[in-house]
Amino acid sequence: MEMFDLSLIWALIIGFGIMMYVLMDGFDLGLGILFPFAPDEDARDVMMNSVAPVWDGNETWLVLGGAGLLAAFPLVYSVFLPALYIGVFLMLAGLVFRGVAFELRFKSRRDRRGRRLWNLAFSGGSAVAAFAQGAVVGTYIQGFATENRVYVGGPFDWLTPFTVLTGIGIMIGYALLGTTWLILKSEGYIQRWAYRLTTPLLLAVLVIFAIISIWTPLVNDVVWERWFGHLHVIWVLPALTLLCMFTVYWASRRGYEVLPFIATLGTFLFTYLGLVVSKWPWIVPPNYTIWDAASAPESQLFLLIGVLFVLPFVLVYTFWSYWVFRGKVRAGEGYH
Amino acid sequence: MELDPVLLSRLQFAFVVSFHAIFPVFTIGLASYLAVLHGLFYKTRNPAWDRLAQLWTRVFAVAFGMGVVSGIVMSFQFGTNWSNFSQASANFIGPLLSYEVVTAFFLEAAFLGVLLFGRGRVPQGVHLFAAVMVALGTFISTFWILAANSWMHTPAGVELVEGTFRVTSWSEAIFNPSFPFRLAHMAMASFITGGFVVAGVSAWYLLIGRDVEANRKALSMCLWMLLVLTPTQALVGDFHGLNTFEHQPVKLSAMEGNWETRRGAPFLVFALPDQEAQQNRFEIGIPYAASLILTHELDGEIPGIVEAPPEEQPPVAIVFWAFRVMVGLGLLMIAVSLVGLYLRRGGRVYHSRPYLQTLRLMSVTPFVAVLAGWITTESGRAPWLVYGMMTHAEGVTPSLTGGMALFTLLGYVAVYGVIFYAGTYYLTRVIRYGMQPKDEEVVVDDFETPKRPWSATHTPFDDDPSREGA
Repeated sequence: MEMFDLSLIWALIIGFGIMMYVLMDGFDLGLGILFPFAPDEDARDVMMNSVAPVWDGNETWLVLGGAGLLAAFPLVYSVFLPALYIGVFLMLAGLVFRGVAFELRFKSRRDRRGRRLWNLAFSGGSAVAAFAQGAVVGTYIQGFATENRVYVGGPFDWLTPFTVLTGIGIMIGYALLGTTWLILKSEGYIQRWAYRLTTPLLLAVLVIFAIISIWTPLVNDVVWERWFGHLHVIWVLPALTLLCMFTVYWASRRGYEVLPFIATLGTFLFTYLGLVVSKWPWIVPPNYTIWDAASAPESQLFLLIGVLFVLPFVLVYTFWSYWVFRGKVRAGEGYH
Repeated sequence: MELDPVLLSRLQFAFVVSFHAIFPVFTIGLASYLAVLHGLFYKTRNPAWDRLAQLWTRVFAVAFGMGVVSGIVMSFQFGTNWSNFSQASANFIGPLLSYEVVTAFFLEAAFLGVLLFGRGRVPQGVHLFAAVMVALGTFISTFWILAANSWMHTPAGVELVEGTFRVTSWSEAIFNPSFPFRLAHMAMASFITGGFVVAGVSAWYLLIGRDVEANRKALSMCLWMLLVLTPTQALVGDFHGLNTFEHQPVKLSAMEGNWETRRGAPFLVFALPDQEAQQNRFEIGIPYAASLILTHELDGEIPGIVEAPPEEQPPVAIVFWAFRVMVGLGLLMIAVSLVGLYLRRGGRVYHSRPYLQTLRLMSVTPFVAVLAGWITTESGRAPWLVYGMMTHAEGVTPSLTGGMALFTLLGYVAVYGVIFYAGTYYLTRVIRYGMQPKDEEVVVDDFETPKRPWSATHTPFDDDPSREGA
């Protein structure tokens, strides 16, 4: 058992899970955020149909991450959730409404009130869940008031101007993932609408990204030291982020269909890695590292066996469902 | 009024779990029924089995979807409201809950899609195999959840080191003393629930004359199963009770409403427990019955609730009455099953309108009984979160205020109220649409439709079935 650093392995697994979640649920939450602004009901059908087969697989990663955290890093679980109590509730309520809307919207006739209510449940749920997730990121950067491994802050400590900014940032970022996904999956006027939205959203993401990048080191000494200390090589991450952003702009201008989405995923990926290197190895900042937060090694090992067995299946299944539903989604196809 | 975060958190957890539990309790039994139907069709080629399988697969899909949606919230509640407990018990509870999640996903990834959408696309044998695996998967999920829950009642295989449980023996912790009884009691409850729902719906179809041949088969199967299972469940419940007597005597005394330790205790049919006075205000009982049931001796000694100091006593009235609701409904279910056996002569069971109506109404009883049983066992554990080792007050989130707990409690009630309304409304529509009188299958090419549980139904949500037909 001493041969492996189990906590490190678990940090990588959970880090990977969170990244998968953000990249995948990101674009379907983004579509929900864009939902009210769609040109018409046909476009909404296309938007929803483009993610209906995969969205719950996407959310799998959230649940897997949550359960994995409890098993491997219980301290994270028992500090983050109480600290973000209200935010977690809002996120869950949002996800529940959204999940049911996915199922029942298609079962409602278009001209009925039911349809409009499910539309509202879907967009409202998505927006709230996305904002809450962004606020979680902001709170993580901010750090938690803890004493003796217990959260001691108030119920609204997480709600600061900084976390509001990260919340809005994630909402806009997800919306960008949504438009580039839609470019990939749609055609005609719906695709043109998605192209039109891409540049302004990208610009908004860039502005918020810049503000957060400047703000973060200022509110946090560890981050300051990390970025302006000796470790110059990490500057490659923001450079790659900017390169990806430029690619999104360039490729969507040129009318490419796949590249904008890939580049948006890249933007998220490198931003995420940038965040990880900023905080590593602090998992409950500012006091606890991944090793402080770990559960007993035998518990980490016990679960690791099962997860290593199942993870390949989940990955293959994920890949397979995206493969089966590849190609364009057209209005009037699919459900009705 | 002072808002108590512990009480409110308990209410909140109870509410969310009750809401969630309704669906798995039903789908676990139903999944096995589906496997049986697929097996029968595979063996006999009788299309009636296939029609039943199709109908109940659709119902299963909706109920399963509801279970998944309502389950997401639960896994986060441990952290939000019971963070001290989460941290203390994570070494054991964490891996178990994760294994449940992992099993569920593995099952969904590999077999649920084949079961729901594979009909006619994969070989029949493969389809049958998928149905069996889905059924098996629901049991594996149950296994993990009940192992975790039983451990909280009868903790074993752990030691408390600096406020944290460390697992000393996984097998002792997982197969803790009350686990086999709880698992058996719960699994049978799932079968009985599935049985009464299928029987009730089949009875309703027979009443309106839909697909008579298939629904007679379904009704007959269910009644045979219930005839065996409902009395067996009483027996299993009794064993579970004896196990509780051994490991959680105070809970058992509360179930019996027995305050003072005494020999030859009666079984109280009716009583008004008064916690403050530490006695019953009024009681009607069968003399010596409790002693006889629990110790198999007429003058066997039954410990009283007062053996525990007042602050370590459960809320006696709740435990006492929830237990009686469960047992009463159990007896009712046995009676209804026996009447079914009696009515079989001359096939009256398929024609007797009062009996079919009764079965229709009985579909709800197993759900109520399960919830009552669950309230009995969980309230009976109070004030212990981990029996004898950690109280609710010690396990609750320290930073949680009563106001926050109340806010989210009301929030979840609102959210689930909407969802439950939409879900059950839709479920009843699926059943209404379910078996059309005509034999024509609505062929829908769903190859391009998303493979989601509810896509397995083609029932519209808000059409008026009486005006627009199928």
